[in-house]
Amino acid sequence: MTATLPAPQRAMVTEPVLQLLDVTRIHGSGETAVHALRGISLEIGAGELIAVMGPSGSGKSTLLNIAGALDAPTTGAVEICGVMLEKLSATELAKLRRTRVGVVFQDYNLIPSLTAAENIGLPLELDGMNATLARQEARAALRELGLIGLSDRFPDQLSGGQQQRVAIARALIGERKLVLADEPTGALDSVTGEEVLALLRARCDAGAAGLLVTHEPRHAAWADRVVYLRDGVIVDAHSVADAGPGVLR
Amino acid sequence: MSIKHGLLALLSEGPAYGAALKADFEQRTGNTWPVNVGQVYTTLDRLQRDALVAADDPDAEGRIRYRLTDDGRTELDRWWRTPVDRQATPREELVIKLALAVDSPGIDSSAVAQAQRSATMHRLQQLTRLKTSIDVATDFAWLMVVEHQLFAAEAEIRWLDQLEASLSRYGHRTPTPSAASEHPTAAEVSR
Repeated sequence: MTATLPAPQRAMVTEPVLQLLDVTRIHGSGETAVHALRGISLEIGAGELIAVMGPSGSGKSTLLNIAGALDAPTTGAVEICGVMLEKLSATELAKLRRTRVGVVFQDYNLIPSLTAAENIGLPLELDGMNATLARQEARAALRELGLIGLSDRFPDQLSGGQQQRVAIARALIGERKLVLADEPTGALDSVTGEEVLALLRARCDAGAAGLLVTHEPRHAAWADRVVYLRDGVIVDAHSVADAGPGVLR
Repeated sequence: MSIKHGLLALLSEGPAYGAALKADFEQRTGNTWPVNVGQVYTTLDRLQRDALVAADDPDAEGRIRYRLTDDGRTELDRWWRTPVDRQATPREELVIKLALAVDSPGIDSSAVAQAQRSATMHRLQQLTRLKTSIDVATDFAWLMVVEHQLFAAEAEIRWLDQLEASLSRYGHRTPTPSAASEHPTAAEVSR
């Protein structure tokens, strides 16, 4: 079964940042083969945040790994920023992953020996930018997010919510247009989790494309579209745009 | 709950006319509970009868101001201190619909649950947008009302997820009449 999601109006105008075309992923072979994804088609445009929900084992992690070019589909195609991944060499793939895709993890994954600004500037340094310039860009990003006061703090001097906001800034530094977030609020309390979601939402409103995996319906509700996976298939997808008449007053 | 305690709470802030009480009540509860003016006056009459509220003599325009009595203040204090009773048997359409669906032949209860979850997720998305548009500094009560709706919608989605998981794990089971009679009623459970 293949579920195709309609693209929203604004994504028609711009090229989708991420496109999955009839993607399947089979782990192993023969009798023990596991069909993690069975024909997933999905596209995310600039400015869009998509949430993926579903029970454990439904294929969410596989979907995220394939979207982030960390894993390749068994059949089907993946395009990031207009580039078809299967045509890339390993080196080209690594470069695309480094320069276009940012990942946010549940446990933040900041480097403990680097300050917030150094953590955010690191991907730029890896891209070849000199350290001073990278640090300036990082500070500019922190200022834009209202987090400039955290620039010189080390991760262990930041709260969980602050670390995660720094991690989002790092994920979208420079030319990165796609942010993949794997349970980014999993380790946070409810109010702090909301703040992190609000930041992710704001970065998408500012032009990024986001794919968010979450177990929290309340957090998924920040997305433009919510996709339910079960047994590797999209069983349900709905967007806030085609919701019915208004609620409450 | 009637609007009785709501009116007592408003009157504890000072005497007020009936029309102002109606407007205040609606505004302070984020318009989630529209009341008509007749309802307000009927309730005020009853409160007056029970000596929880006293009425001034009509002013030149014939309007009557109401004020809280000492008994009224005692009753209001008791209300603030007493938790809302959640033990009552739920009579929600959704619960009844799904309870019937799981044992109805030919009805795919997973599909019923999924359609509901989809609709509730829509609502959750709308409420989230609504919430971000609220000015917390001026409209905190409204924020609180919306957040209550958000958490209620979330709880419903979690319950539907759980139901779907249970359905796929245990499959559909048609109870025999004797088995059905072994289920305790909700009222028994709550005891």
